[in-house]
Amino acid sequence: MAQTTRDLLVDPMVDNNPITLQVLGICSALAVTSSLTVSAVMALAVTLVTGFSGFFISCIRNQIPSSIRIIVQMVIIASLVILVDQVLKAFAYEISKTLSVFVGLIITNCIVMGRAEAFAMKNPPVASFMDGIGNGLGYSLILLMVGFVRELFGAGTLFGVTILPSVNNGGWYVPNGMLLLPPSAFFVIGLIIWAFRAWKPEQVEKREYKIQEAEAH
Amino acid sequence: MEGLLSLAVKAIFVENLALSFFLGMCTFIAVSKKISTALGLGISVIVVQAITVPTNNLILTYLLKPGALAWAGFPEVDLTFLGLISYIGVIAAMVQILEMTLDRFFPPLYNALGIFLPLITVNCAILGGSLFMVERDYNFAEATTYGIASGVGWALAITAMAGVREKLKYSDIPDGLQGLGITFITAGLMAIGFMSFSGVKL
Repeated sequence: MAQTTRDLLVDPMVDNNPITLQVLGICSALAVTSSLTVSAVMALAVTLVTGFSGFFISCIRNQIPSSIRIIVQMVIIASLVILVDQVLKAFAYEISKTLSVFVGLIITNCIVMGRAEAFAMKNPPVASFMDGIGNGLGYSLILLMVGFVRELFGAGTLFGVTILPSVNNGGWYVPNGMLLLPPSAFFVIGLIIWAFRAWKPEQVEKREYKIQEAEAH
Repeated sequence: MEGLLSLAVKAIFVENLALSFFLGMCTFIAVSKKISTALGLGISVIVVQAITVPTNNLILTYLLKPGALAWAGFPEVDLTFLGLISYIGVIAAMVQILEMTLDRFFPPLYNALGIFLPLITVNCAILGGSLFMVERDYNFAEATTYGIASGVGWALAITAMAGVREKLKYSDIPDGLQGLGITFITAGLMAIGFMSFSGVKL
């Protein structure tokens, strides 16, 4: 089955989104979504790491013995993440402070590992690169949506620019502080999944138990 | 001693790895369908966490920190940039060794926990624990306490989650929320519950 480059890029964004459908990669990144700037940096980092790890792993896929492939993939991914980490520390120190351990956790992000294992080991380098970027973008989409909701309604700002002037600064908007706390990310993701599945009903999971219809009186 | 106790309480409840830092979420969602499997995975996480966090602490203190190689005659070497790759290496190796040791000496335990061990290498909670240890500059005693306590916190969260989900499967949930969606919302409610511990000070 020949997949075009466009399919590889677009398919993971909506129809096969790694977060809402495959439940991958929610691990490390939700805690960083309380502001949009940080989410954007994180999204960019993950997209690049997924893309390039796919590319490099695919380049040497025929040389890797299958018994130690996990370690080899890990080393490639970890090296790329170290690169990202060092670049962030050099050029965006403030943001790298906020991201703290979460940059390092890209290593164990299931999307990166999952794509390496499922796609890059079987496909040529360029296709793997595109697949990685596509999945990274699918992940970025959700990350930016959550970041948007949380920053706009939690602090009244977007990218640090005031959109809804808050009461404390003489405006009218009472910020919803809960959206800046960790639990709200779960709710926002849950609702996004609901919205996605309402839009694409074929993604709905089957019930394990069916509730019996009430009998007519 | 009191400091360690308060560190433990904080790591279990207030700064719960699963619910306030979202670590290990993939496994948290995927393996929390039944209480028995959730408990098994939880115990493996405690064991692995209790071993890897102190080990990584030793590696950081004696190999990687600026000046850590003074004992070998290289006082000006700073290898902290190798941190990420060494921690993940240690974790992968430790899990492998643990698996082999259990298999050789404690077969019943191996049969109970064996299937979960490979899952643990890629569990963000384990690497996250080590990275938090580095960032917060824990000494060896603190690292050991933190390792055990954060593992316990994670195990508690996943077992509680499995308990909720076992009951939840009989309830009437809107189609789009079925499965993943409602699990996220439940996790959110649990996270709020765990946040109420933040007033607890020892």
